[in-house]
Amino acid sequence: MTLAGFLGLQYDFRWSVLWESPFGYWLLQGVKNTIILSLIAWVIALILGIALGILRTAPWRVPRAVATAYVEFFRNTPLLVQLFFWYFAVPQILPAGPIRDALNSLNLDTPLLTLNYEFLAALAGLGVYTSARVGETIRAGIQSIPRQQTEAALSSGLSLVQVYRHVLIPVGLRIVIPPMATEFLSIFKNSSLAVTIGFAEITFQTQQVNSYTFKGLEAVTAATLIYLAISLTIAAFMSRMERQYAIPGLIARGATRE
Amino acid sequence: MDLDWTIIVRNWPVLLSGFVNTLKLAVLAIGASFLLGVLAGALRLSRSPYLHYPAVLYIEVIRGVPLIMVIFWFYFLAPILAGRPLDNFTSALIAFIVFEGAYLAEIVRAGIQSVPLGQVQAAISTGLTHRQAMRHVILPQAIRNMIPALVTRFIVLFMDTSLAYIIGYRELTRVARIIAEREFRAFEVYTFIAGVYFVCTYAMSLVAQRLERRLGPA
Repeated sequence: MTLAGFLGLQYDFRWSVLWESPFGYWLLQGVKNTIILSLIAWVIALILGIALGILRTAPWRVPRAVATAYVEFFRNTPLLVQLFFWYFAVPQILPAGPIRDALNSLNLDTPLLTLNYEFLAALAGLGVYTSARVGETIRAGIQSIPRQQTEAALSSGLSLVQVYRHVLIPVGLRIVIPPMATEFLSIFKNSSLAVTIGFAEITFQTQQVNSYTFKGLEAVTAATLIYLAISLTIAAFMSRMERQYAIPGLIARGATRE
Repeated sequence: MDLDWTIIVRNWPVLLSGFVNTLKLAVLAIGASFLLGVLAGALRLSRSPYLHYPAVLYIEVIRGVPLIMVIFWFYFLAPILAGRPLDNFTSALIAFIVFEGAYLAEIVRAGIQSVPLGQVQAAISTGLTHRQAMRHVILPQAIRNMIPALVTRFIVLFMDTSLAYIIGYRELTRVARIIAEREFRAFEVYTFIAGVYFVCTYAMSLVAQRLERRLGPA
């Protein structure tokens, strides 16, 4: 008796679509693309996020206002709309010319992945959206450092730039490791939205398998398990890192639980 | 680059209907997922392993997968379970409730755990049953402590309703896409709806800040 029959369902499960050629290969390609997209977008988000965290806490008025506007705008609009903006709207406002033509026809096979405009738009969307969230987290981390530390560092003769470089950024980053771990997990989950602009990550590949085989449920189950495996791996890795980089003397995250 | 903003005005009725559909989905999902969140959060705190572990499984699995996956599950599962195709509004609504319930459950759990143990002991020693203590003493205080986190989560849910786009529900993002493709005016349309989402979420976050100040740490 089949599983579907047992449950009284009118559905004929065919799990073999997950490893039959070429569908199994497609899914693996999707996993690879999800990981590459998420990791590169994370690097962008981290660099921009640290810059935003500095600008929002430093005593320079105009840059602070610009950084605040950036963070509020990109945090408070849906990622999906931002992806559509990068993918559909940006080519429209680019002046007609060699740059636009190059972007439109970009299709470069690299050892890692096929470089095309879908990838670039997904990267920009995911990176900028996450950078706003990371920037907000880092701002909170820097502001949670007691003011006396900044004053002590300044009065020992360090310049403001040196205070950021040697005190505020290193300490702030260590304080925010737990919420940053959450953001890092989110970027993998959020990368699934790239399906809507045609980047061939996992969710896109499950759609492909579904449209070729009509076995959407099996494909979605496989993708769900893949995402779960990625999430659990990252969570385990991050909790180790949290313990390793916890600042002695501050309440450790693990110690406050139950 | 020549922009034509009149297409917003010309397509006003369609955009408005999309916005109304977004609100409908968001409001219903917020209400129902809050109830599910309270239930799952309370179950997770239960001492009975038959209640505790299923709640943990539900919360952790949902939080480990992207929202799109949950939307697809119900999109593909619902017709099989129900024996007939469901309309995309119902299927999206169920997905949002199930997804958001898991995140709200964690907020509820943290809120309940923030109530001092002395309150619980005092309530029990006045003769209240565990259930009565939960209902009349713990939950009212816990919900007060959770309000800022809840509002933040509702803002996320409001933005997430844009994902109902993917199964064809005609909310704001879907109608924007339809207009942008018909008129070849992607820039104007997406900028406009980004503004609409921003005004709504920013207003909600101002409310959250005021609530936080007024309620203070309880």
